[in-house]
Amino acid sequence: MRTALDALRARPRLAFALLAALLVALPFLVGAGLGNSWVRVLDFVLLYILLALGLNIVVGYAGLLDLGFIAFYAIGAYVYALLASPHFGLHLPFWAILPISMALAGLFGVLLGTPTLRLRGDYLAIVTLGFHEIIRIFLNNLNAPYNLTNGPQGINLIDPITIGGHALSRPLELFGVTVPSTYLYYYVFLAFTLLVMAVAIRLQDSRLGRAWAALREDEVAAAAMGINTRNVKLLAFAMGATFAGLAGGLFASFQGFVSPESFSLWESFLVLCMIVLGGMGHIPGVILGAALLTVIPEALRYLGDLQRATLGHVVLDPADLRMLLFGIALVIMMIYRPAGLIPSRQRKRELTARDGVAEQEQASLYDAKA
Amino acid sequence: MDILTQQLINGLVLGSIYALVALGYTMVYGILELINFAHGEVTMIGAMVALTVIGLLLGMAPELPGLMVVFSGLLVAIPACMALAFAIEKVAYRPLRRAPRLAPLITAIGVSIILQNVAMLVWGRQYVAFPAILPQGQYEVFGAHITDLQLVIVALSLTTMAGLWLLVERTRLGRAMRATAQSKEVAALMGVNVDRVISATFVIGAAIAAIAGVMVSAYYGLAHYHMGFLLGLKAFAAAVLGGIGNIAGAMLGGLLLGIIEALGAGYIGDLTGGFLGSHYQDVFAFFVLILVLVFRPSGLLGERVANRA
Amino acid sequence: MKSTLFASSALMLALLVAGCGDKKSADVDVIRIGSVAPLTGPQAHLGKDNENGARLAVEEINAGGLVLNGRKVRLELIGEDDHAEPKTATIVAQKLVDQGVKAVIGHLNSGTTIPASKIYHDAGIPQISPSATAIAYTAQGYKTAYRVMTNDEQQGKVLGEYATGPLGARRIAVIDDRTAYGQGLADEFEKAARAAGAEIVAREFTNDRATDFAAILTNIKGKSPDLVFFGGMDPQGGPMAKQMKRLGVNARLLGGDGLQNANFIKLAGADAEGVIASSPGLPIDSMPGGAAFREDFEAKYGVIQVYAPYAYDAVYVLVSAMIRANSAEPAKVLAELPNTDHNGVTGPIRFDHKGDTLGGAVTLYQVKDGAWQVLETVKR
Repeated sequence: MRTALDALRARPRLAFALLAALLVALPFLVGAGLGNSWVRVLDFVLLYILLALGLNIVVGYAGLLDLGFIAFYAIGAYVYALLASPHFGLHLPFWAILPISMALAGLFGVLLGTPTLRLRGDYLAIVTLGFHEIIRIFLNNLNAPYNLTNGPQGINLIDPITIGGHALSRPLELFGVTVPSTYLYYYVFLAFTLLVMAVAIRLQDSRLGRAWAALREDEVAAAAMGINTRNVKLLAFAMGATFAGLAGGLFASFQGFVSPESFSLWESFLVLCMIVLGGMGHIPGVILGAALLTVIPEALRYLGDLQRATLGHVVLDPADLRMLLFGIALVIMMIYRPAGLIPSRQRKRELTARDGVAEQEQASLYDAKA
Repeated sequence: MDILTQQLINGLVLGSIYALVALGYTMVYGILELINFAHGEVTMIGAMVALTVIGLLLGMAPELPGLMVVFSGLLVAIPACMALAFAIEKVAYRPLRRAPRLAPLITAIGVSIILQNVAMLVWGRQYVAFPAILPQGQYEVFGAHITDLQLVIVALSLTTMAGLWLLVERTRLGRAMRATAQSKEVAALMGVNVDRVISATFVIGAAIAAIAGVMVSAYYGLAHYHMGFLLGLKAFAAAVLGGIGNIAGAMLGGLLLGIIEALGAGYIGDLTGGFLGSHYQDVFAFFVLILVLVFRPSGLLGERVANRA
Repeated sequence: MKSTLFASSALMLALLVAGCGDKKSADVDVIRIGSVAPLTGPQAHLGKDNENGARLAVEEINAGGLVLNGRKVRLELIGEDDHAEPKTATIVAQKLVDQGVKAVIGHLNSGTTIPASKIYHDAGIPQISPSATAIAYTAQGYKTAYRVMTNDEQQGKVLGEYATGPLGARRIAVIDDRTAYGQGLADEFEKAARAAGAEIVAREFTNDRATDFAAILTNIKGKSPDLVFFGGMDPQGGPMAKQMKRLGVNARLLGGDGLQNANFIKLAGADAEGVIASSPGLPIDSMPGGAAFREDFEAKYGVIQVYAPYAYDAVYVLVSAMIRANSAEPAKVLAELPNTDHNGVTGPIRFDHKGDTLGGAVTLYQVKDGAWQVLETVKR
């Protein structure tokens, strides 16, 4: 196994080709092996990776704890829903709407960022949480006096993404092969995810990325080094929100229906848990976290099916246990592997270092107390 | 006029409940700088345990006076919550005391999920009704209605706060708590057993949470495994509003939040000509919170925490 | 090594057991039916209730022996949890489609029923919701979407006319819980009440997690209405009735099917007296087989929450269509569903061209001596 990995590492082009082939074939493999519903889960995995990458910029790169991230996702989704549904009778194409979704979400990111510039740590967390509630409550109530969001009823019959005259909600006949709708969305989501991933990787090593790292480690020192902390913070909020807006737009077109229920506070916690679980500030970790936390709850359902198959009836309802196991996993992870499943190299160094200096560095990573 | 009086009474009672729960948040935050998300769930467990005891007692001896039954429930709920909080601190938070700030916060969310789901398995998915066994005396003040239970809630929460204040300001343990809040390292050097002090803080907060839980379920007549989360969130907001780490601040923040909610929901519709209505009740609570944090991050009564959050 | 051994022996065992299962069903066709509702979260008790209602019907039908096209058929109910979450609802719907279910009973909420209906429609599988009431659900033009519950418009209209007619209310306050169900019902009620000449003196709002209504009730008291309508569920309605009494709001409380259940009386206690709420269909105990249903259900699963009888009826509506089609094939069943004429425990069920219930009735109940008593059945 190791030798195979080494061989691949020595030939990056081959490794790249294999990875690309795997990504292209993935929905067919999953669909054939596990069924179409798992391709849908795969689609959601990609959406959550998009979200986690966005939140990773705010929390992982810049060290700003944001519990209201889903608000931007909601804004992106509603922009898409309003501009491509019978609600206003508008049916703009997706390539025109997605930039608007992203821009508006980014604008709200700045709007949230501006008054909270002075806050750090837990206070920022509670304010962002409040911001999320405010956005959700407005979405839920803006059906009167003017019906903007259709209130709790949500917006239905949202247009699917249409590429080259083919609506992605219909299966595509290609060379005699029928490609189902969920597969098509997979490829579109994959394209956007790869794009966002590329941006996120480039950002990390850019001047801005280094400024975020400096801000995260020590705000006062960062300011002393000539970093405009205000602009850098606002950029982190805006960038993260933009990614969430994109994910929201894709979600709306994929589901065909949005309502405020989809954007509960729980979702914000979920995305935060994803990046924490996988490894904050580290893109492979973030992707793993998003994949795990999307797949595990679905996999747990099979516990019930297994009981039905072997015992004839369900003794322990996995629906009852799902959330419980999830909570236990969170606590255990934090205690035994706080830097995540795949920690970034810097974090790893800090955790394996023997001397106390590194430990102290680790402790101050998200703490302005120092 | 009688409407305004009534709204103020409504807000005062609601605020007293927020304040009691906020005390637990503010004590833990003051010492550990940790948002103990699970605190709301401890409140819920207190209500559930008390209701179980009340149900058992009523089943065995239905002729017992209601006040005594409820009091017995409370007497069981308090030590149960204290034991629970002690265990949570020891198992989930203590190993993370030196970890980065985010880790214990995530753990707290995890503990909160665990408690909710355990409660669901034990007490079921149903809303549990609180039996109507308490005396239901009612008075009229300036045309507004006020009940015995409401008076008890306000009085109990004031007494608890006063007791807690005495504990923190006048006892040895209180001094140790204040020292630990200032600096764990220096307190340890001065001979304070920091671990014991932190445990004590959690346990005292949980006892207050148990009282609050029983009061909430008696007041609204129900309990549910989900009831702790939003209550906890609002109570935390109240603690921040008053100035976190500050006992009087938690009380003030709780009462203010209760009154803001009552007046906001009561008058906003008329004030804006129907444009905004009572559906924005929660918005105003959070909006006020954001304003306070932006313009006075240390809260109304906080002094020393301006830069540390 | 040891773990591999353990794993492979466990696999063997599983295969053996599965093999046994196969043998048993060799001479019987198994037809899978999905049942979807939230089984975790704050509405879990309602979700379990729906599933139990459907399960009771499935067990009865299996015990009676169903024969389609000359072959013995056994129904298998697959219960799934959608967490009352639109996203999970679509995943679950897709999963059921993959598992080859022939029909779906669900979902519970309108917010999950609507996005899921798109997937059932694309797969051509009939869906009967026992409890979704949003008008939008059947207004999408899907030939696969049915419900056995009156929609918001139908029930809101009956309630509005009853409030202004027999109850004689002239000044009405309306509260809703800002859910798709509560808001939809309250809006339709308001429309009907206004049309009948009543004045809406206050329109207040709460949410589905709230327990404190003192502020809005005090405000309502200031407008001195003679009736308060609440669009929402029992966990809010119960405390609301209590707080109305405490604050001295001298108006009658009226609600929809969300209040018309045993839990409401438990939560409101003595203050439930006099509260009126509606429920679609005819009183269960007056229906043929209704009393037996209640007895069987309570013996197996405990008290009926709200929608179990509708889930029960939905299964029978489905199976009667299968019997008429003499097949469980979705396309054939779908062709027969419009011809439904079933006398269920909730009343006679027929469908209009959209998949909404046709005709039928709404029954009004009032709490008297701590129990819901039938007040009147209004034919639509």
